[in-house]
Amino acid sequence: MFEVILLQFVNGLDKGGAYALIALGLTLVFGTLGVVNFAHGALFMLGAFCAVTFQKLITLETVTVDPTQLSPWGTPVEVREPLVQAWLGDFGAVLVNYSVPFSLLLAIPVMLIVGIVMERGLIKHFYKRPHAEQILVTFGLAIVLQEIVKAIFGANPIPQPVPADLRGAADIGAMIGLTPGIITYPIWRLVYFLFSAVVIAAVFAFLRFTTFGMVVRAGMADRETVGLLGINIDRRFTIMFGLAAVVAGMAGVMYTPLLPPNYHLGMDFLVLSFVVVVVGGMGSLPGAVAAGFLLGILQSFASMTQVKALVPGIDQIIIYLVAVVVLLVRPRGLMGRRGVMEA
Amino acid sequence: MTYSRKGMSRRTLIKTGLAGVLATGVSPMIFTRGAWAQEFCNNPTGDTVTIGLNLPLSGAYAEEGADEQKAYQLAVQHLNGEGDGGLINVLTPSALKGNGVLGKKVAFVTSDSQTKADVARAGATRMIERDGAIMITGGSSSAEAVAVQGLCQEMGVIFMAGLTHSNDTTGKDKKRYGFRHFFNAYQSGIALGPVLGQEYGADRRAYHLTADYTWGWTQEESIKAATEALGWETVQAVRTPLGAADFSQYLTPVLNSGADVLILNHYGNDMVNSLTQAVQFGLRDRQANGKTFEIVTPLISELMAKGAGENVKGIFGTSNWHWNLQDPGTVAFTKSFGAAYGSPPSQAAHTAYVQTLLYADAVERAGTFYPPEVIKALEGFEFDGMGNGATLYRADDHQCMKSVLVVRGNESPTSQFDVLNVVREVPREEVDYDPTIFGGELGPAEPAPMC
Repeated sequence: MFEVILLQFVNGLDKGGAYALIALGLTLVFGTLGVVNFAHGALFMLGAFCAVTFQKLITLETVTVDPTQLSPWGTPVEVREPLVQAWLGDFGAVLVNYSVPFSLLLAIPVMLIVGIVMERGLIKHFYKRPHAEQILVTFGLAIVLQEIVKAIFGANPIPQPVPADLRGAADIGAMIGLTPGIITYPIWRLVYFLFSAVVIAAVFAFLRFTTFGMVVRAGMADRETVGLLGINIDRRFTIMFGLAAVVAGMAGVMYTPLLPPNYHLGMDFLVLSFVVVVVGGMGSLPGAVAAGFLLGILQSFASMTQVKALVPGIDQIIIYLVAVVVLLVRPRGLMGRRGVMEA
Repeated sequence: MTYSRKGMSRRTLIKTGLAGVLATGVSPMIFTRGAWAQEFCNNPTGDTVTIGLNLPLSGAYAEEGADEQKAYQLAVQHLNGEGDGGLINVLTPSALKGNGVLGKKVAFVTSDSQTKADVARAGATRMIERDGAIMITGGSSSAEAVAVQGLCQEMGVIFMAGLTHSNDTTGKDKKRYGFRHFFNAYQSGIALGPVLGQEYGADRRAYHLTADYTWGWTQEESIKAATEALGWETVQAVRTPLGAADFSQYLTPVLNSGADVLILNHYGNDMVNSLTQAVQFGLRDRQANGKTFEIVTPLISELMAKGAGENVKGIFGTSNWHWNLQDPGTVAFTKSFGAAYGSPPSQAAHTAYVQTLLYADAVERAGTFYPPEVIKALEGFEFDGMGNGATLYRADDHQCMKSVLVVRGNESPTSQFDVLNVVREVPREEVDYDPTIFGGELGPAEPAPMC
């Protein structure tokens, strides 16, 4: 039984990592700009499609038609030669193998630009409008973005490869001195958990230990006073929006080997992430992270056969059930601040 | 006897009344019934006839939906005398002339069912009421098929099901207006059982992950029955929501469950995801109970095999049809489809195409679009040349009886399309069964007075 519980716990951590990363970005935007951004899930999806685009680019092929060979339906066979390997040799092969981590290099600048353009082009016009209107416009934007992706990439999921060295499962049990072969877990999922931990730590360190971060935190606490001190807080908040987009995008990129991305990926995660933010407490960054991991772990435990035998269907409602309980007991969420969305 | 004040007896009154009723109501029904009955739902009056394609173009089965759409377009072209004629040339017996259906050009309207039963039903209603569809076809989910076929029975419009594999479609939920060319979960069990026994032995412990809706339930039941008959033990059967995407929380309990076979009762993107994730969990490299751990996907298509990539190699499943068969029908269809779209057709595309042609042929043979007559033409129709050998549209449950393929993920594919190998073609007699075992009632053939 111990190994079963440990496995579900580890599984919860990797799920929680994704939830925490998206919820962190949502909370950053909400805490700085006061905007409820329903397009945040779409940013996760756009990040995933950065990985898809990168992979498509580095696997471009020259296609030559060979009239001497015929396909089973009688048309000449197309012979394909990969371009990148032809140009870059071994490095090209490494690039193809590690296309997902390398695509972070594409995703970071792209997502930063997308975030800044989104904020300057659309969202800033809604700062003084009611939350309901912000939700409507960002939700509309999310639909537009996903339809654009659908038009370009189609409706079907596009699988992304796990780097060959990181395929298969790691024997965690053997590592901690248990019988080998009992507790194994996919390596890439462990990588994802570590990655999310590093990104979360980096965001916190950035806000905590840099002057930029300090100003942003001050702006989150009292925007007007910071503005009166002669600091252009709006520009910094725009950059924070870009940063939130980058965090969501990176989370999307690294998630692609676990779940082949399709245009609807963002919506699938959006609702969950909002529940995470609400449970964690609107505007609380540590709350978002803690709630992300908490709900990931609870969801994983609720899917255990023994639990499902006791309460059938609990795996599908556990997150919402927890949200109901938390909101009844602690209406501001686990770590919510007084005054946020209470005006 | 009593007399009325105006001199008319009660008997005379009753007689007169009866005569009046007969004259105004019943007698025209008797003498002109055929002519009256031609006023049926969406009776095509112009020079075109419209069919409604209800396709999952998004959602868990979107890939199948997209391939079905291509096949329908091709079928409509061939029916209208365009292209190379495809399977019209090889269907026997055939009343198709390649000039439309009953001389009317075939047109179509499309609706995205989103792999959701309620959306599928709403889409079918719209296509019948607004677009005047004479027949509804398509779908890649049994939940959709059951919902739409129920609606079509109410509306008096024929439904030619696309890909639907649940026993319920032609079992407990069968309808007079619904017809299924695709095989079913029960037949998958009959076909797959002996091969699994031969490959993996009689001493196995199976763990099922099952899509939580009608198709998943019936497939789980059928495969359980088939494997338990071999002597296998079912350790656990866990239901997973349709479109769950991440199955990791359902896969971790498999690891130490004592099972040595994982049976994935998933389809479409769900199967691609669950299989890929199961392989990532190292299940195929695992030893359990002194044996190599195995994964089985009872229903598999080339689209899913392509999506799952390397993970599908060596895995057993069943299919309705495969483009690589060498009969004239398969060769003709693969040629038409490949030339038009640059890839071979999937089993979803095949069944969609065949259903369209079979409906058109039945209308030609009936000489009318009047649904009860078309139903009569389809019921008990024996045909050949469509890629599955001699096939019977069984009158009792509207299930096509034909051979079933046991397939296996190709270990050494020669192209991106060469992903499945046909291991065994199980003859029609072996997958035959008593239509009464699943219950259900077909219902009346007389159409609803209005639609």
